[in-house]
Amino acid sequence: MPAFSSSNLGARLREMGIAVVFVALVVALWAVSPGHSFLSVNNVLLVLIQTAINGILAMGMMYVIVSGEIDLSVGSTVGLAGVAAAMLAHPGEYPLIVPIVAGIAVGALVGVINGVGVAYGGIPSFIVTLGMMTAVRGIALMVSGGAPIFNVSEGFEAIAAFRIGTFPIMAVYFIVIAVVCAFVLNRTVFGRRVYAVGGNPVAAEVSGVNVRRSKVSVFVIAGLLAGFCGVLLASRTITGSPTAGEAYELDAIAAVVIGGVSMTGGRGRALGVVIGALMIAVIGNGLDILGIDANFQKVVKGLIIVVAVLLDVKTRRN
Amino acid sequence: MAELLKLTDISKSFPGVKVLHEVSFGLRPGEVHALMGENGAGKSTLMKILMGIYAADTGTITIDGTPCRITDPRHAIAQGIAMIHQELNPVLDLPVYENVYLGREVRTRAGLANHGLMRRKTQALLDEMGIAIRAETRMRELSVAQCQQVEIAKAISVNARIIVMDEPTSAITDDDVEALFAQIRALTAQGVGVIYISHKMNEIFRIADRITVLRDGELIGTEDAASLDEATLIRMMVGRSLDEAFPKRDVSVGEPVFEVRGWTVDERIKGIDLTVRSGEILGIGGLVGAGRSELVESIFGFRRHVAGTLLKDGSEIRVRHPRDAIARGIALITEDRKHTGLNLLGSVSSNITLPSLSRLFRGGLLNLRTESRLASGYVERLDIKTPTVRQLCGNLSGGNQQKVVLSKWLETDPDVVIFDDPTRGIDVGAKREIYELIGNLVAAGKAVILISSEMGELLGLSDRIAVLADGRLTGTLDRPQFSQEAVMELASRFKER
Repeated sequence: MPAFSSSNLGARLREMGIAVVFVALVVALWAVSPGHSFLSVNNVLLVLIQTAINGILAMGMMYVIVSGEIDLSVGSTVGLAGVAAAMLAHPGEYPLIVPIVAGIAVGALVGVINGVGVAYGGIPSFIVTLGMMTAVRGIALMVSGGAPIFNVSEGFEAIAAFRIGTFPIMAVYFIVIAVVCAFVLNRTVFGRRVYAVGGNPVAAEVSGVNVRRSKVSVFVIAGLLAGFCGVLLASRTITGSPTAGEAYELDAIAAVVIGGVSMTGGRGRALGVVIGALMIAVIGNGLDILGIDANFQKVVKGLIIVVAVLLDVKTRRN
Repeated sequence: MAELLKLTDISKSFPGVKVLHEVSFGLRPGEVHALMGENGAGKSTLMKILMGIYAADTGTITIDGTPCRITDPRHAIAQGIAMIHQELNPVLDLPVYENVYLGREVRTRAGLANHGLMRRKTQALLDEMGIAIRAETRMRELSVAQCQQVEIAKAISVNARIIVMDEPTSAITDDDVEALFAQIRALTAQGVGVIYISHKMNEIFRIADRITVLRDGELIGTEDAASLDEATLIRMMVGRSLDEAFPKRDVSVGEPVFEVRGWTVDERIKGIDLTVRSGEILGIGGLVGAGRSELVESIFGFRRHVAGTLLKDGSEIRVRHPRDAIARGIALITEDRKHTGLNLLGSVSSNITLPSLSRLFRGGLLNLRTESRLASGYVERLDIKTPTVRQLCGNLSGGNQQKVVLSKWLETDPDVVIFDDPTRGIDVGAKREIYELIGNLVAAGKAVILISSEMGELLGLSDRIAVLADGRLTGTLDRPQFSQEAVMELASRFKER
């Protein structure tokens, strides 16, 4: 049997159906944007910055969804982690590492609670994380006293604003995290088990996989990445806002689904999710360039998400 | 006699594989025509083409001499074709009559569902068929055999003249089989043609008028059942003759490898002792519901137990999770490959390596080349029919899926291999391969525990047979004592409670 039969190639092309849709969208925006500014270096870098936070959240969400679960709490986690980080980032108080680690730790803690609730409590993840979404937002409002935390150090501001030459550090975070997450999912024993658990948890258990531990792990990954995103967002806005990150979980889920990950678990690729996240950013950015009204943008964005997935589903089937 | 249905020169390819090559098949009114062949021979594909689930690449379908194109399952039903699937999917929480009328509900003039009429008509039909089921019973409360009867009633109620039955007896008792055969005869007496798919030889010769055999997507032949015998039929199916049914290898039995002492799973399954030696096949017999699967699943750590000890090579081991059992060299090939055996969304290679990942890739990093080489080795050794090791298991036929399950457990390099009904629902050729594999395992000094609901298999392969009845061990037979009667006697020895 030849290693790359024509059917194999066909399957690969189909798998990348969403990439074709993405390229078409980029070309269309390039063509219609004034002075083809959509593909200018500055705008491309801007798209990467705009992708970063949702893209990182989507990487965590990808693990959760591939394992057959869902995490609705990441948006609230972004808010709480941002508040926690900003509170520890006032000038001259603690070394820069403290707010960063605190934000990530807060996210990881939320992930542990989600994971334990799902894996050991046996509660559906939709319910556990829906509850956590509300509770974590409440905690963010409580610890911040309901008001945004200002007065952060310049160093803290630089976490998101720093550029290597002209290249934004935000894009570096996204690229590095995406590469690591893709590698872990595709090339490690852990990643393989996540797929196995999402594909058939009973068979995974019989095969000796610690299904509970795998489930806790995916929620911790989603949580700590959400924590890091909280730090980034607080740095970018120079504010620890308790209401930050609202509805971010939905964009993250959208990116994962656009990327071709099955909502029932067990199937999907990291590259698809990266494209899904880029696509969401590109849609927003492109509509901005075209000067489309923000309210109408939401309508267009919603439609494009559904159409993109529809095209993907249709091309896969045939 | 004029043919009711005629499939002529049907060919069908999927990317990379030709599954049917110019296959023709005819069905006369009032006949039972058995369609036989190993898993992967193309039976299911041919039936899916008939039901309009797949489109044939070439070939024609005629019904009553009129060519027709069947584009989807609704269309097939409209043409009078009904299929009774091996795994029934009734809507469990709806009553029988709503299942019978599912998708073609009768409405009142006001446009609401006419429950009264549907219930009465369904009841009349069930009564006429001599089936003792109330039309308002919810499907959930019915047995598998009863659900099947409802499906047959449904086929009659849509005036089906061609009924396809896919392995209708795989999950029902012997008494239910008799009832099913009576119903089939009642159907054929009215001129209905039945296409009957089964792997069970004795049934085929009892019920079929004609037999068509497919092998590797080719038509091998269509013969009158009366002109065939079992050996010829097997030769047609597998392309070679299988000499003895159960190859029993002469293996010297060694020291005890695995012992179960005072094993208690729950209130019912209590105080069981088993010993299996190297090179020995210990059969476990018993009726359905005797607790055989529960016993081995709890030994494997997949189910809780309340008391008992396990000894491996003479020293006590603790098994609290399947991973402990795997680490101790125990493998369990579970009964239900779709539910507990395989990740159907995963590739052949990822399924094979799953239980062995931490041993194969100690640093936690996968080596995809090593993995694919290893999986290819099993594909070759066990003759798994798949285009590549990256194929998803969900796309393989039942027998090949079972071989993937076997491969994954062989890769754990076990000393004790527990088979829970390993040949259920798979064809003769694959069965034979599994018997040979079990023979190779004991020849290599492994200890095998074999649960089987097929008496012939149990008697033919085992060195000793431990028999369970209602959760208790009622006796152990040595080979000279083996007989169907002896096993049945122990299996039906219920204790007064």
